[in-house]
Amino acid sequence: MSAELFSLFYQFADVFAFLILSAAGLAIVFGMMGVINMAHGEFIMCGAYVTVGLVNLGVPLPIAQILAALTAGIIGMIVEFLIVRRFYKRPLDSLLATWGLSLIVTQSMLLIVGSAVRGIGTPEGSFAIGGYTFSTYRLVLFGCAVAVLAGLYIIFMKTRFGVIARATMQNAAMAKALGARTGRIYSISFGIGTALAGLCGALYAPTMTLIPTMGATFVVESFVTVVIGGANVLLGTAPAAVFLAMIRMALNASYGQIIGQIGMLFAVILIIRVLPEGLSSVLVRRGR
Amino acid sequence: MATAAIGSARAAEPPLKIGLLEDVSGDLAFMGMPKLHGSQLAVEEINKSGGILGRQIELIHLDPQGDNARYQEFGRRLLNRDKVDVLIGGITSASREALRPIVDRTTTPYFYTNQYEGGVCDASMISMGAVPEQQFSTLIPWMVQKFGKKVYVIAADYNFGQISAEWNRKIMKDLGGEVVGEEFIPLGVSQFAQTIQNIQKAKPDWLLTINVGAAQDSFFEQAAAANLNLPMGSSIKVMLGFEHKRFKPPALNNMHATANWFEEIDTPEANDFKKRWHAKFPDELYINDMGYNAYNALYMYKTLVEKAKSTKLEDMRKVIASGDACIDAPEGKVCIDPKSQHTSHRMRLISVGPKHEVTVEKDYGTIQPYWLGEIGCDLTKKNDKDQYTPSHLPNKS
Repeated sequence: MSAELFSLFYQFADVFAFLILSAAGLAIVFGMMGVINMAHGEFIMCGAYVTVGLVNLGVPLPIAQILAALTAGIIGMIVEFLIVRRFYKRPLDSLLATWGLSLIVTQSMLLIVGSAVRGIGTPEGSFAIGGYTFSTYRLVLFGCAVAVLAGLYIIFMKTRFGVIARATMQNAAMAKALGARTGRIYSISFGIGTALAGLCGALYAPTMTLIPTMGATFVVESFVTVVIGGANVLLGTAPAAVFLAMIRMALNASYGQIIGQIGMLFAVILIIRVLPEGLSSVLVRRGR
Repeated sequence: MATAAIGSARAAEPPLKIGLLEDVSGDLAFMGMPKLHGSQLAVEEINKSGGILGRQIELIHLDPQGDNARYQEFGRRLLNRDKVDVLIGGITSASREALRPIVDRTTTPYFYTNQYEGGVCDASMISMGAVPEQQFSTLIPWMVQKFGKKVYVIAADYNFGQISAEWNRKIMKDLGGEVVGEEFIPLGVSQFAQTIQNIQKAKPDWLLTINVGAAQDSFFEQAAAANLNLPMGSSIKVMLGFEHKRFKPPALNNMHATANWFEEIDTPEANDFKKRWHAKFPDELYINDMGYNAYNALYMYKTLVEKAKSTKLEDMRKVIASGDACIDAPEGKVCIDPKSQHTSHRMRLISVGPKHEVTVEKDYGTIQPYWLGEIGCDLTKKNDKDQYTPSHLPNKS
């Protein structure tokens, strides 16, 4: 029986980690900054490719993963400087610009590195409980997801940067009038968002096939989680991921992957119907 | 003098146009790229040796990017606007079924170059790949005998996966085996922790893996990480998706497949073919089965046109009906079956070891694509334009 219970927890942790890690970066870029970043999946892909490239050069996996996240963050800041900052007041145009960017990046990767890259294998091995065997690395992913949430909480709630950043997102003109360097705040926030996307790719790289379009597997889940979560990243994304992971886990376990996927999207439609501003709107109102 | 005049008159004839639809971007690009390369290699060789009926051939390739709507759009463009003499291509069975009604409205022949779930009885289509009576009827009995009677199936959720699973159910039933679980997975799903638990709960003796595309292939890495450790059988792994080259060993350990072509074939003809291929495409990770079939398709087309002395489908089908549509392929001699217009193949059972080395376990010799003919498809008499499965057979009349 305990094996069954652990199996349920493991499934939940697995889906939860996938949702949180794919959504964390987007929660900042889209949820807070309001930039509809269609290239989110490409930043994830970037993280994965850099990780595999560095591991093949002999860099230890955890260091390669950190470097990959940093690379994605730096590229993100460059992209913000060159493209995204022109679109802060035109969110729909940001959709078009980042979508174009995503197409260019995907096709360029296809031309430069080819259609398939050899995998690097999952580390950490496996453990057994009852009749089941589990991959240890999946629990590492769950740990990373929790750490990312904690890290975001600390950055945005406990630091000076966080206070200014939240002020800037809420009312950029007022924040600027009070002396905040809003341009830099936007740039750093976008960089954190894309670094988190890169981290997601870096963490999943050892478990997946690497192709230039791999980012697409994460994008639906990440947008869904952020939209359900609503404008407040810290109060929205985590409960949204818990909620969606429960639904998906239960349906996957009883009816298989297809129903799991349909059921999750159906739940999303229902929530958006009932709570157009997402879960965080309720939680924020409660808090007041 | 006279021959030279004829020669130059011939050279002045416009080239034969080959319409090619292959995915070289998108989720299936890694499998589609060798298909484009195989076609390019064959076109180059044929043109160097004087073309078809003295005419050069010209390849018009479009990339549908794995999108079935684009397959239809590009198919129409090639057939109606470019007026190609032959249409070749398509990866998934979904893309083939999207193209078939469009080709059926024309008199242009269509070559489908993949192994697939079988059953298409259509006079416009010539199938170059292997079908279930060549792949599943050899593989499944071998797996049952070697590993046991309980199988769990993971399959892509579209016509290929569904119909292949039906073939597995039928063959397992005939063998007295048991299908302890079937899971159909939407394309694009990349996370398999739940599937791995479901498999462990069902306790099968072996797995039938007919998952498709780069995302679904992540299953192998995740199953290896969870130490699932079950023997696996497949009609598409190794020879087609070259997972043993893409994943770090031992993710593909204990995988078994029946194939008419895999790059590890070691015969003088195969080695010569591989040498020519790698000379032209030195970066090719693996010459896969559908790339190989794509290469053969152009030689089969050349043979049909030259024997018929015509590029018309009608005349080419007379050659097929005579039973004389054969080529010397790198695997050996292959021929088109007159009743079904599918191709005979020399089938081998291959296994992947812990270091991802490929060994040939069994050589079945040449197997005819007999199933469609047995159930009553006879394209020399009647054009059904239908796809049959074990549960959907032609009406006896």
